[in-house]
Amino acid sequence: MATGDTYSLACTQYHHLMEGRGMVRVATRDEFVKDPTIVHKGFEAPPRTLTLYPDFKYDGYKWGMAIDVNSCIGCNACVVGCQSENNIPVIGKEQVLRGREMHWIRVDTYYSGETQDPETYFQPVPCMQCENAPCEVVCPVGATVHSHEGLNDMVYNRCVGTRYCSNNCPYKVRRFNYLLYQDFDTPSLKLGRNPDVTVRSRGVMEKCTYCVQRINAAKIDSEKAGRKIADGEIKTACQQTCPADAIVFGDLNDPKSRVAQLQAEERNYSILADLNTRPRTTYLAAVRNVNPEIGE
Amino acid sequence: MPDQHAHDYEDPLAAGNIGMGSSDVIAPGHTFGSVTDKISSIVLTQRTSIGWYLGFLTAGSLAILLLISLAYLSVKGIGIWGNNIPVGWAFDITNFVWWIGIGHAGTLISAILLLLKQSWRTSINRFAEAMTLFAVACAGIFPLFHTGRPWLAYWLLPYPNTMGVWPQFRSPLVWDVFAVSTYATVSALFWFVGLVPDLATLRDRSQSRAGRMIYGMLALGWRGSARHWYRYETAYLLLAGIATPLVVSVHTVVSFDFAIAIVPGWHTTIFPPYFVAGAIYSGFAMVLTLAIPIRAVYGLQDFITLRHLQNMAKVMLVTGLIVAYGYTVEAFIAWYGGNAYEGFMIWNRMTGPYAPFYWALITCNVIVPQVLWFRRVRTNVAALFMLSLIVNVGMWLERFIIIVTSLHRDFMPSAWGLYRATFWDYSTFIGTIGLFLTLLFLFVRFLPMISIFEMRTLVPEAKVEHEI
Repeated sequence: MATGDTYSLACTQYHHLMEGRGMVRVATRDEFVKDPTIVHKGFEAPPRTLTLYPDFKYDGYKWGMAIDVNSCIGCNACVVGCQSENNIPVIGKEQVLRGREMHWIRVDTYYSGETQDPETYFQPVPCMQCENAPCEVVCPVGATVHSHEGLNDMVYNRCVGTRYCSNNCPYKVRRFNYLLYQDFDTPSLKLGRNPDVTVRSRGVMEKCTYCVQRINAAKIDSEKAGRKIADGEIKTACQQTCPADAIVFGDLNDPKSRVAQLQAEERNYSILADLNTRPRTTYLAAVRNVNPEIGE
Repeated sequence: MPDQHAHDYEDPLAAGNIGMGSSDVIAPGHTFGSVTDKISSIVLTQRTSIGWYLGFLTAGSLAILLLISLAYLSVKGIGIWGNNIPVGWAFDITNFVWWIGIGHAGTLISAILLLLKQSWRTSINRFAEAMTLFAVACAGIFPLFHTGRPWLAYWLLPYPNTMGVWPQFRSPLVWDVFAVSTYATVSALFWFVGLVPDLATLRDRSQSRAGRMIYGMLALGWRGSARHWYRYETAYLLLAGIATPLVVSVHTVVSFDFAIAIVPGWHTTIFPPYFVAGAIYSGFAMVLTLAIPIRAVYGLQDFITLRHLQNMAKVMLVTGLIVAYGYTVEAFIAWYGGNAYEGFMIWNRMTGPYAPFYWALITCNVIVPQVLWFRRVRTNVAALFMLSLIVNVGMWLERFIIIVTSLHRDFMPSAWGLYRATFWDYSTFIGTIGLFLTLLFLFVRFLPMISIFEMRTLVPEAKVEHEI
């Protein structure tokens, strides 16, 4: 029944075309076998020599993440897992309509092909923890800084909330506490929070930390035992929740780690690599085995 | 409309030849005494008109709206505005850049034109400087209150502290702090130093004890001795020298806030010169917006003559053309550079959800001001007033377009969004206009809005003395 009414749907994504920017790279199996570099065509990263500054040195760990677009089924479990692990506030429909959702990881949905029968791609997007992070250089108070293990740390106590970092983040993964989204007073809510993660107040920026609390817990354990953190010992909340095992986290300094091996694959690519941000969260292109007879 | 009270004293001029159509910087027939009488009478002897009270009341109410908006903002957070992710900056920084830009005309008039010995600046420099100061005051509100935690904004200042932490000097926002605070300081000093001899005049002429006390204290013991004048001239010239680079540097640094970032539509090398020209453009528009009603209300057509208005119109024409060149180059490079993000950005500006604002900006800043090529328009006071308002609107739109259209659709299509202003966005902006006008009303009522002693150097008496 047509009522003639209009109703605003509170969405977190309004544009579902990639505009040729190669967020999700796809190839068929045949194409990929013929030329494994096909997923990089047209999206070459600038050479590493285009800088006057020396690279960061990582003597210990060098964290990284690989996300397999092939595996992601778009279930959003990672979003919920992250939300509960990291004390991320639920802000309600009115604030989402204003474009202020607080998710540290989001699952982008892109369509391509025919409108009637489009191809659908899902892409989980956490912080890229860029090696050349555009957010770090513009913060006037040094509230977002490069850690010696490669993370872009957020220092909530130091953040005054200019939002410059978010403006300069090409991936738009940063989230800002535009209002006081946390309820500090209701006693029952206190029990729901993760005691290892800071509860952010209004006026500060926040974003994915690669579950730094889990990294530090594992580091303490390993240091007590006098060993290195084993591969797979740390699972980020999104990784732990993913039913399709699409998210892999680990130490890039260890060439035998799963993440290092995945990042060495031909399918491995970075989003917006042409900006020379050198993300440490990378993606594995989708390779689809199309049946030529039914076209699916 | 000339105010009735403006002619209470004996006007040495016939009503007919008050500067109309003349190319003089001061109408003929004035003497030292008549200049002093005319300007100081506005402060000292004329009765404050009903119009002033009404204007002050209106402006003051809007200034109170600003206080309410800022108080609510401090209690609730930036979320009362429409800003979001991806549009982290919107009205806040638009207003900041707009106000800072407006201030630039004052500095240009008072410093650069002084050094270039442009005597026509004399009658407009005082209130142009006041305008600068008040505009900077309005501008300063935004970077402070747009932060999530304004009570900690002082962390942008480099000061020794127990945390052992400095600002992050690679951030243009830190450069901004230096640029704007230097600008505010120098503008305030320049304005005050220039006022000292006139404050002494007011002290000497004031009929009330309070007036003599207050103006006396502000005049810093000025007696007008040759030694005073010598030191005054040196200090003023030095300040002009210090202020001159600021005309260029402040808006250059403000443009770095954008040019240093990687956002398509911000990351542009043309920004510094284009911002400086835009600043002067909007500043002269604001001087005209203020000067035209003030000269009519207070009957100052003798001092702010058509020559002044024409000269300002010419400056606007030139800077407007530079700004138009900036828009053209922006669009050209977006195409010629072959960068897909840049290309999309300019296309989105021209045809996207904010396209009406873009075309309104082009109309206001590029198309309409071309009428300034015609002398008939440059000498038509009403037309100039209308045009100055249009340019003010256009320059505000320019900053809005640069900030919002660049941010709302940048790199990741999945993160694209829209910005919609809220009541509090408007109330904060209108509130700063209220604050600006309130300060201006107080200024024209309690201080000589035209430099008395500098105007006296323009009358024939002064020239004769000089030649002897």
